[in-house]
Amino acid sequence: MVNFEIPNFVPAMPEIFVLTMACVILIFDLFIKDNDRIVTFVLAIGTLVGAMILTISLSENARVLTFNDTFVSDPMGNVLKVFIYLITAVVFIYSRQYLKQRGLFKGEYFVLGLFGVLGMMVMVSAHSMLTLYMGLELLSLSLYAMVAFQRDSLSSTEAAMKYFVLGALASGMLLYGMSLLYGVAASLDLATISSVVAQNPDNIILLVGLAFTVVGMAFKLGAVPFHMWIPDVYHGAPTSVTMYIGAAPKIAAFAMVMRLLVEGLGDLHSHWQSMLVVLAILSIVIGNVVAIAQTNIKRMLAYSTISHVGFILLGILSGTENGYSASMFYVVVYSLMSMGGFGMIIVLSRSGFEADNIDDFKGLNERSPWLAAMMMILMFSMAGVPPTVGFYAKLSVLQSIVQVDMVWLAVTAVIFSVIGAFYYLRIIKTMYFDKPQESAKIEAGMDMRIVISLNSLGMLALGIFPAALMQWCIVVM
Amino acid sequence: MSDLPLLSLVIWLPIIGGLMVLALGATGNKSLVRWSSLAWAIVAFVVSIPLYTGFNLSTHEMQFVEHVSWIPAFNVFYHVGIDGVSMPLILLTTFTTILVVIAAWEVIDHKTAQYMACFLIMEGMMNGVFAALDAVLFYVFWEGMLIPMFLVIGIWGGVRRVYATIKFFLYTFFGSVFLLIALIYLYFQTGNFSILDFQAVQLGLTAQILIFLSFLIAFAVKVPMWPVHTWLPDAHVEAPTGGSVILAAIMLKLGAYGFLRFMLPITPDASSELDWLVITMSLVAVVYIGLVALVQEDMKKLVAYSSISHMGFVTLGFFLVFGIYQQTGSTSGAALGMEGAMVQMISHGFISGAMFLCIGVLYDRMHSRRISDYGGVANTMPWFAAFMVFFAMANAGLPGTSGFVGEFFVILSAFQANFWYAFLAATTLILGAAYSLWLVKRVVFGEVKNENVAALKDINARETLVLGSLAMLILLFGIWPAPLLEVMHPTVEHLLQQAVTSKL
Repeated sequence: MVNFEIPNFVPAMPEIFVLTMACVILIFDLFIKDNDRIVTFVLAIGTLVGAMILTISLSENARVLTFNDTFVSDPMGNVLKVFIYLITAVVFIYSRQYLKQRGLFKGEYFVLGLFGVLGMMVMVSAHSMLTLYMGLELLSLSLYAMVAFQRDSLSSTEAAMKYFVLGALASGMLLYGMSLLYGVAASLDLATISSVVAQNPDNIILLVGLAFTVVGMAFKLGAVPFHMWIPDVYHGAPTSVTMYIGAAPKIAAFAMVMRLLVEGLGDLHSHWQSMLVVLAILSIVIGNVVAIAQTNIKRMLAYSTISHVGFILLGILSGTENGYSASMFYVVVYSLMSMGGFGMIIVLSRSGFEADNIDDFKGLNERSPWLAAMMMILMFSMAGVPPTVGFYAKLSVLQSIVQVDMVWLAVTAVIFSVIGAFYYLRIIKTMYFDKPQESAKIEAGMDMRIVISLNSLGMLALGIFPAALMQWCIVVM
Repeated sequence: MSDLPLLSLVIWLPIIGGLMVLALGATGNKSLVRWSSLAWAIVAFVVSIPLYTGFNLSTHEMQFVEHVSWIPAFNVFYHVGIDGVSMPLILLTTFTTILVVIAAWEVIDHKTAQYMACFLIMEGMMNGVFAALDAVLFYVFWEGMLIPMFLVIGIWGGVRRVYATIKFFLYTFFGSVFLLIALIYLYFQTGNFSILDFQAVQLGLTAQILIFLSFLIAFAVKVPMWPVHTWLPDAHVEAPTGGSVILAAIMLKLGAYGFLRFMLPITPDASSELDWLVITMSLVAVVYIGLVALVQEDMKKLVAYSSISHMGFVTLGFFLVFGIYQQTGSTSGAALGMEGAMVQMISHGFISGAMFLCIGVLYDRMHSRRISDYGGVANTMPWFAAFMVFFAMANAGLPGTSGFVGEFFVILSAFQANFWYAFLAATTLILGAAYSLWLVKRVVFGEVKNENVAALKDINARETLVLGSLAMLILLFGIWPAPLLEVMHPTVEHLLQQAVTSKL
């Protein structure tokens, strides 16, 4: 006999709401004309706002497990979800004009985007390997489709194909690792796995399983040497999709690592720490060095993502709460910065012109001093130069590894971040010191100008007053 | 008056002013931009004067302190305060900025508002570095001021400006990241980022040596000391006049200030162990870089190398204390050297600024910095020639100018430590005179070299005002350095005490 009781649905209300709304929008969108497509857009934003209100109003200061302990709602998850909604909503606003100019302004973009958000939410709230995997696949499938969204573009189809093949391989690795863990623990529940691991920390099968899951996660995060898909996908996908991939999913990937490694396999810390050290160093080194050689700004930002992933891993590998909150702060800040970076490409692009070469930024200060200043703030923030928030992100991660006496790792990281500063500086050099190549007017509408300004000035404001966000990340750990 | 948060005003007024000027730039009214920049610069200077008049001369404690919580998660405070070391440097900064604004008046016609805004924002940040007593706050200002300087050299600079500015940025950034790691390490020793607590904490010798070395990388790049000085000639040559003036007059002092605020008090035992390293680097700078200056064909490069050589004196003066303490068992002789080094810092701010302004005057007229393009300028620009000769004399350390006071004190003090230190340091009296006076001989004196020189017009009222005010200050502190010395004295005594008190 199966003992059936009605689960507590309340903690999952935001997920249920997003799911319902995504389905509603999908059907509703069938019945409206192309000219009224803006309604879909408004509804999608409304869904995210509604989910945010739900999450905030339902948030409690405690951990609530439901659905037979496969789903968890806790403060960390809630904060991460709020940022996922916020970032995705802004990404949608950035995308509107870009999609319109390219004849891509269709309901599917927003519906897939919302399903992706749902996938991320499930990942954030997973308390069982199965839930985690389900969320991950929902996110990944939405992303594959979004990358291929521009059907008539060869590069975007190619990128989607690559992404799909490599993504499937990574999912396979992850699943294989999970099956080994299941084999030892006889349970998918993270809490059970954790207690089994605590009893046999040197079980060889557990370690093999751990290695495979780490590989799978490294694929999804884009850590070297499992990063090869990132530059091609970032480059090939339509910029609005690149922005979507580059921002919120990093937060979800961070949550996945937290749930699986820290909550599930926390007692194997000494083992996964050394794996993450290798991944982090390689990511920081390769990401920063290869980015220097890029001439396409989307590719450059792709390599910069890889190096930032290295920094995110640094905080996690310290294995302390201090380090986890540092990483969380870093990942949130990074998502906001990367959104701004891709946002600027969209602002400068127009129908038939992608503005994705570094040369397209030449002399931006002559054409629009305001936008150039905004981009400058974003670039300095990515390089980690104060008084922008990127500095505090690096500071908090570095202090967390110095705390666990890995000073050499901190030194390596900062040396390569100096090398990384070079290519951000090159963008600023291109904007300020070179003569403009383009003279066409910048077409971006007022809404996008306002969003990009808020985005960049936010990086500066958070840099001058970082206390609140930092405190938030510490409290929820 | 004392209720006002004067230090915050000195830091934030210019920054706000810079942003306002930037906004005014959108109107396209250049004279409005210029006058309002001047107004902001003067306001900042006026606000900084009470720091001097209200300064308590009898204590080494921090004054005008403000202490507000900023990032509670890491115990970071908005903590500012000044002592006898930082106060004169703040005044130097606010004063120099006025000169830079005036010197740029008609010269900078391209993106005037952005130029002025960069300098105003930079002024605020440099004041922030001198005033900060919290390591994170210090670091934020320290790095933040690279941004406006990066833009100043890159936008308004010479032909190779992009190379020079990226080199400048990366060199300093590279140095600073080691500073950051050291500060984080110290944070875990004390539990907060207060510089004063860092100074009080006990540290083992190995830790001290590692911290000392990371500080040394950061500050030696900024000073700059041989052998990490190579960014400076490039940056100076390519920077616009204002950029060169701020670089030489203030930014180099920031590195030296770091020696005093961080290295000597936080790592006294390591400083004592490794004083030979710093002294060697300083003496190499004095002698070798002095020789290098001699063979330059570009006026700005010559002054840039002479700056490095003069800053060698400053770092030499700081690190004589350990040798003297070993020989005599007291720090009294070392006080002379350290005060001399600090007078040298201020004086070099005036003199090198003046030299760069002089070169700027010539460059604005002839668009060349090559010494060989000039000759006989005195015939067409007599007033200018008088100023330039005076500044060159001051640069060579002529008695009666402020350049003499600092060098003389340091050499006197060096005698107590080691004869050969003094001997090598004293060669600057010959080398400095040689390159400065030879420069003057080739540029100012002699027959009129070509028709370009023949067509030169003498300095106008604006340029006379700028050069004249600097000349007066150089004379004033040359004849009567007491006001400067009495401000520094208690702080120097305290600093020397910290330096010879073992932390082991």
